[in-house]
Amino acid sequence: MSAPIIEIDGITKSFGSFKVLDGLSMKVMPGEKLALIGPSGSGKTTILRILMTLERIDGGHIHVEGEQLYHVTRGDDLVPADERHLAKMRQKIGMVFQLFNLFPHKSVIDNVTLAPMLTKGVARAAAEKRAMELLDMVGMADKAKSMPSQLSGGQKQRVAIARALALSPKIMLFDEVTSALDPELVEEVLNVMRRLAEETDMTMLLVTHEMGFAHDFADRVLFFDRGRIVEEGKPDDIFRHPKQERTQTFLRKIIAAGHRV
Amino acid sequence: MEWDWNFVWQIMPTMLQGVKITIIATLLGSALAAVIGLVIALLRRSPNRIVSRSVGFAAEFIRGTPLLVQLYFIFYVLPDIGILLSPLVAGVIGLGLHYGTYTAEVYRAGIDNVPRGQWEAAKACNLGPTQTWTHIIMPQAIPPMIPALANYFIAMFKETPLLSAITVLELMNQAKSIANSNYRYIEPITLVGAFFLVISLCSVFLLRWLERRYGRIES
Ligand SMILES: Nc1ncnc2c1ncn2[C@@H]1O[C@H](COP(=O)(O)OP(=O)(O)O)[C@@H](O)[C@H]1O
Ligand SMILES: [Mg+2]
Repeated sequence: MSAPIIEIDGITKSFGSFKVLDGLSMKVMPGEKLALIGPSGSGKTTILRILMTLERIDGGHIHVEGEQLYHVTRGDDLVPADERHLAKMRQKIGMVFQLFNLFPHKSVIDNVTLAPMLTKGVARAAAEKRAMELLDMVGMADKAKSMPSQLSGGQKQRVAIARALALSPKIMLFDEVTSALDPELVEEVLNVMRRLAEETDMTMLLVTHEMGFAHDFADRVLFFDRGRIVEEGKPDDIFRHPKQERTQTFLRKIIAAGHRV
Repeated sequence: MEWDWNFVWQIMPTMLQGVKITIIATLLGSALAAVIGLVIALLRRSPNRIVSRSVGFAAEFIRGTPLLVQLYFIFYVLPDIGILLSPLVAGVIGLGLHYGTYTAEVYRAGIDNVPRGQWEAAKACNLGPTQTWTHIIMPQAIPPMIPALANYFIAMFKETPLLSAITVLELMNQAKSIANSNYRYIEPITLVGAFFLVISLCSVFLLRWLERRYGRIES
């Protein structure tokens, strides 16, 4: 068995006096598709944001591909990582946000080419060629010259996925990428993610309330409550035969709220 | 006293000379204020508390004291410590510094207006701090700021007569010296008013246009 690509070891995170994560540990294997589910406020987004280095941790350790994410060794000591180390580690990870966060002043194709050109020194022609391939994959090639404001939510999110893929990350984080969409636009984004899951060996962490999609997409489902993993297992086990009462209650509520399982 | 058109034509070249200096002072002062405002706004965001606090204090101090006093200080007091400036240079520095503390607030608001998600997307795209500022944040922050900045530049323009206090030969100063040597005030001072009015009106039209042109950019 190969080594985990992500290893989270006893991390803690507080906002003010509110402890969101309290000694969370988990492992993710290379290529694994992981669904993080759980009630709102249980810390799912915070975990993804920590992996993307948008939040610092207060304690514990994270390894990505065997390398410390937030620490570097200096001599015999483990010291907090500097910006250079974080920038290096970030290359391994991409993120798609709930509210798309496209760059509104840049055209669709410029959104996708910007980071490869700036951070990897890719020439414009090469960056645009690759961007068009990615836009084609997410079904947005015909909108390459459009501005984000001219797109629907579903289209924006597909561009955002292409933008994240342009940096060829090994790990992709998806934070409720369909929650801000009108119901009729959800499927087009989920289809893109299905393709990604099938056609790439990227490691994918997905926070979602789309239980049906999580069931089909994930190799493993983690149920979170109050910053802890309450239950984890194969999608069938979690969704059809949840053992923990909190998982059962959560799934009942979410089905009552109209989500398919 | 009768209005004398002959006198008007006679003094016109000198007055236009003054208009030219007034416009130059305003343009240079605006450019300087735009740069100083940006520098202040960025330094005030510095994670280093000492830097952000002291820049903040200095900016409050400059904004809280009259421009006239600052002009006197730059032109008449700085020479005591060996800094000799020509009147126009001293005037432009005074205008730029004073209005820079105002434009800093415009920059601050413009920068704060860029959603947090843009910073996060930039980070997720692995852009460095400088790349984030120049490619993501400023291009979004600046267009909505332009009308507010232009407003300050028009206000600055109307305050340029203060430069006469440090012997800059701008419009007001030219008018005063014409008046004093000819014992006639009505034509030069009326012309000053007329010039300011015309230029102000033009600027207001420009401002309206800028406001239409640079409404916010939507996300
Ligand atoms: N920047 C922040 N400042 C203060 N509290 C926060 C911040 N981010 C998240 N929280 C709090 O942390 C808890 C977990 O948030 P989050 O990770 O977004 O949960 P989830 O994604 O599972 O809904 C919530 O109670 C939220 O209010
Ligand atoms: Mg969330």
